Amino acid sequence: MPPFVITVARIGFIVLLWIFVFTVVGVIRRDLFAGARSSRLVAAPRGVGAVLGNTKPAKVKRGRAAHQLVVTAGQLAGTRITLGEAQITIGRAEDSTLVITDDYASARHARLVPRSGQWFVEDLGSTNGTYLDRAKVTGPTPVPLGVPIRIGRTSLELRP
Amino acid sequence: MPRVRVAAKSRRNAELGLLLLAMAVVAAYAATVEANLLDTVTLDFWVPIAAVGAVFLALHLVVRFLAPYADPVLVPAVALVNGLGVAFLRRLDLANAAPEERADFAIFSGTGGRQLAWTLASVILAAGLLVLMRDHRAVSRYAYTLGLAGIVLVIIPAVLPARYSQVNPQSDAKLWISVGGFTIQPGEFAKLALLVFFAYYLVRKREVLSLASRRFLGVDFPRGRDLGPVVVVWIISLGVLVFQKDLGTSLLYFGMFVVTLYIATERVSWLIIGLLLFFGGAFLAYFLGSTVGGPFANFYTRVEIWLDPYGDAYGAGWQPLQGLLGLGTGGLFGTGPGGGQPTQIPEVHNDFIFAGMGEEIGLFGLSALLVIYLLIIERGLRAALAVRDSFGKLLAGGLSFTLCLQLFVIIGGISSLIPLTGQTTPFLSAGGSSLMANWLLVATLLRISDAARRPVETGTGPRPSGAPATPPPQLHGATTEVIRP
Repeated sequence: MPPFVITVARIGFIVLLWIFVFTVVGVIRRDLFAGARSSRLVAAPRGVGAVLGNTKPAKVKRGRAAHQLVVTAGQLAGTRITLGEAQITIGRAEDSTLVITDDYASARHARLVPRSGQWFVEDLGSTNGTYLDRAKVTGPTPVPLGVPIRIGRTSLELRP
Repeated sequence: MPRVRVAAKSRRNAELGLLLLAMAVVAAYAATVEANLLDTVTLDFWVPIAAVGAVFLALHLVVRFLAPYADPVLVPAVALVNGLGVAFLRRLDLANAAPEERADFAIFSGTGGRQLAWTLASVILAAGLLVLMRDHRAVSRYAYTLGLAGIVLVIIPAVLPARYSQVNPQSDAKLWISVGGFTIQPGEFAKLALLVFFAYYLVRKREVLSLASRRFLGVDFPRGRDLGPVVVVWIISLGVLVFQKDLGTSLLYFGMFVVTLYIATERVSWLIIGLLLFFGGAFLAYFLGSTVGGPFANFYTRVEIWLDPYGDAYGAGWQPLQGLLGLGTGGLFGTGPGGGQPTQIPEVHNDFIFAGMGEEIGLFGLSALLVIYLLIIERGLRAALAVRDSFGKLLAGGLSFTLCLQLFVIIGGISSLIPLTGQTTPFLSAGGSSLMANWLLVATLLRISDAARRPVETGTGPRPSGAPATPPPQLHGATTEVIRP
């Protein structure tokens, strides 16, 4: 073998190795962007799920309307749910929209219901109660943006 | 049941493409080796590569049908490293063979041939695990059994007489079970079994571990009684260090447990406690080695060699020095595959394979190899982040970290960053147990990443075939329906 061929093969192999690395990075990169577009989670009620692929996030008025429910404290801290037109149930039960593993939460703890663009929080007879900021929730109570709903050790907030 | 959805594509075609590219890289390597060593490229240089390539393709098909949403990068990246390992070991055989035998060297002979056979067996085993394990949560049912099996596997070589547990007469590490010419290294499998147990135990205990704590110097420290299991694992890993004379494995077990603990509780205090305990143990072993000797003497010598490799250049320091010289000879671009003298390094097919390859592919080649390892580990951690149940998170995080720590221990040892300790380089080193255990690890990661990337079923419709109708009952806090973005 002429030395020239050997040199080309030697450098060529390293180049090929790096081509592989960059192809892998390219695949991962496309993956990341595919994730970014759908990183907002769409919550829909039970049974409506089948058409979920076509549902768009609710057509609530832009501006001061709530578009997201964000968990600010507790085990699920950082979780965001894009709000639709459907109610959101919160509790330890498997079929809740937001399943929280919190020792101080009941199986069916509370729910968030939209009524003409305004979200209401309602306690579902929980053991330890639901609090809107400091006040205990007794009936359906309107939830302003950015005010924490406290359930056990978990806090949730509506965000625009 | 869950009603949350992420856009998901299976990306299986990307996997296939990457796999073909990986095999092309390995074939280029094999061809260059022959051009250098034989001065010609024989017509059947591609036969071993085709053999591994075929079995990787079979694995790809199994993944396509049984884990369609699994990560597309894992299989090709691991296949590349494994294929390069087989080709490099064959290259060592060629260098050791007589020149006239080189041209028609049988594909299943020598270390490379054995590694090829082991690769075929391991990949088939990994595919088998994918077939058997349709839902990673099912493994948690056997957690206690696996934990016990892991401890037994760790202990066996330590209590066996040296005749059955020492393979290499030069090193006195007792890591093997050797019966009638057939050798296995049970520690490699123990790693996986123990990790399943750790993950399960910590999912059950995470609340008490992370909540009941005392604050001291601004860091939350857990209560004394919750420290129990950590101390037990620390003692076991020190026992491994003392009786099996293996610093690397003990570091591996201990690091594995501390990091799963950290992932479970998100408390930095565990890392601090873990590092303090490890360094405390290491200093104690070094001190005892210099004064008492006995079982600690081996560890003491390792540290001495690390501190001054030239102190005994023709004796104890010979192997690490040859490794360093090999890396230095390679320089930036290496001497080219087949163009170096890796056979100068003792144990180059095993512990020192990274130095041997480094001589031939140079810094640029080695760093590409390291980036590929990094990507494998990153994909594992990514699966851990995305999967929806705590057990899967802990298991995937722990498995990826173990892979990472093992690489750090051996490559750090070869490059003299830390005292050298014998560990296999995952997927690269010759050795059936290590290869098999690591392929099982990859199969588990594939399964978990499939669960993580699978679009969530809508409504109460039929669940994916094979998945149980309800999650395993014992798992506390097993499912959250909401994915953390």
